[in-house]
Amino acid sequence: MTATAQDLLPATRNALSLLLLAMADDEFVIGFSDSEWTGIAPLLEEDVAMSSLAQDELGHAQALYRLLAELVDDGRNADAIAFDRPPEGYYHARLLDHPRGDWADTIARRFLYDTADSVRLEALAEGSWPPLADLVGKIRREERYHLLHVGAWFERLAAADGEPRRRLLDALGRLAPDAATVLAPLPDELGLVLAGIADATSDELEARWEARIRPTFERLDLPMPPPARDPGRSRTDHSDAFRWLHGEFTAVRRLDREATW
Amino acid sequence: MIAAVDETAVRAALAEIPDPEIPVVSVVDLGMIEAVEVDGGRAIRVELLPTFVGCPAIDAIRAAVETRLAAFGRPVEVDVSFRVPWTSDRITPAGRAKLRRSGFAPPPGSDRAAVRCPYCGSDRVALDNLFGPTQCRSLFYCRACRQPFEQFKAI
Repeated sequence: MTATAQDLLPATRNALSLLLLAMADDEFVIGFSDSEWTGIAPLLEEDVAMSSLAQDELGHAQALYRLLAELVDDGRNADAIAFDRPPEGYYHARLLDHPRGDWADTIARRFLYDTADSVRLEALAEGSWPPLADLVGKIRREERYHLLHVGAWFERLAAADGEPRRRLLDALGRLAPDAATVLAPLPDELGLVLAGIADATSDELEARWEARIRPTFERLDLPMPPPARDPGRSRTDHSDAFRWLHGEFTAVRRLDREATW
Repeated sequence: MIAAVDETAVRAALAEIPDPEIPVVSVVDLGMIEAVEVDGGRAIRVELLPTFVGCPAIDAIRAAVETRLAAFGRPVEVDVSFRVPWTSDRITPAGRAKLRRSGFAPPPGSDRAAVRCPYCGSDRVALDNLFGPTQCRSLFYCRACRQPFEQFKAI
């Protein structure tokens, strides 16, 4: 079954637009967070790697915002959706609301996010709405490199004695209680499953994610992420750290709406 | 006189358009052109596949395609598409040879052969960084001739 945007029930269309917004905002915010390392990463190789990762993520965000702009068709283009909202208009996961922190925070955040995101992408890869399924197929080829890279760092910090492991444990203590927010339920998500756009609801995705990461956490003797803390809290209730980042990434747009690179 | 317009002529014209980041190869060498349609003697339609989702060169490539095909005197439509995922297996044998000659290791082909140094041909190479100066490249070091080189990522 192949669904066009016009075939979708209004509630399903709305759910799809929120899914696209959540995914795009996730990629946009982690991309900007990682670009904060450009010039100051602990190794030259990581300066290059984090900048390239950030560029990939912003590219994914742009493509997802474009799909959203076509679906919603309210006169806003991808840039307007990306830059013209107040902080409380963003729909990304709370995991990405923490300050950049140190290198261990960055690796822990990226490991938790990339593993959860890969489960989400898999669930959409064979979906019935071709624009999203096609884009997800392409994005997954790039995310494979992100997982390889962050997986190697995660193991390296966890396996090291002393300060690297201690810092990773501290970072997981701060971040892991928010990790499952990447897969938090979206309004009317069952409609996406019934329309064949996604192959599972968020509960099932979270179970798949836990099963995926458990062998790594057990092998490295790390505590598994707990269930999401504060599950009732709104997706749009953001931290001061995000409000600061928002000020940074909207600075050029506020100075000159027509600026191009 | 305006040249005859058919798919072959359009593809030949596209083969003159260099990749902005690695100008030694054309958009045809890289396998970025999925479909070319010449519609009943009217519009020319080209389906262009980005190598990476966020490839910053794609707007420049689209503009170059539009400019080059304007010479045919027909309306030109360029569709940037993910309908078919671009993969590094789409790089043509000619494209792979051109990459090698200009100091880039081509991506491992469908045979998954070992990466070889494009300068001395040795397989005594070490991956230095999966990520490089653009999204589509990784960094390697050749232990035989002590030359760093870039590899077009397998994707």
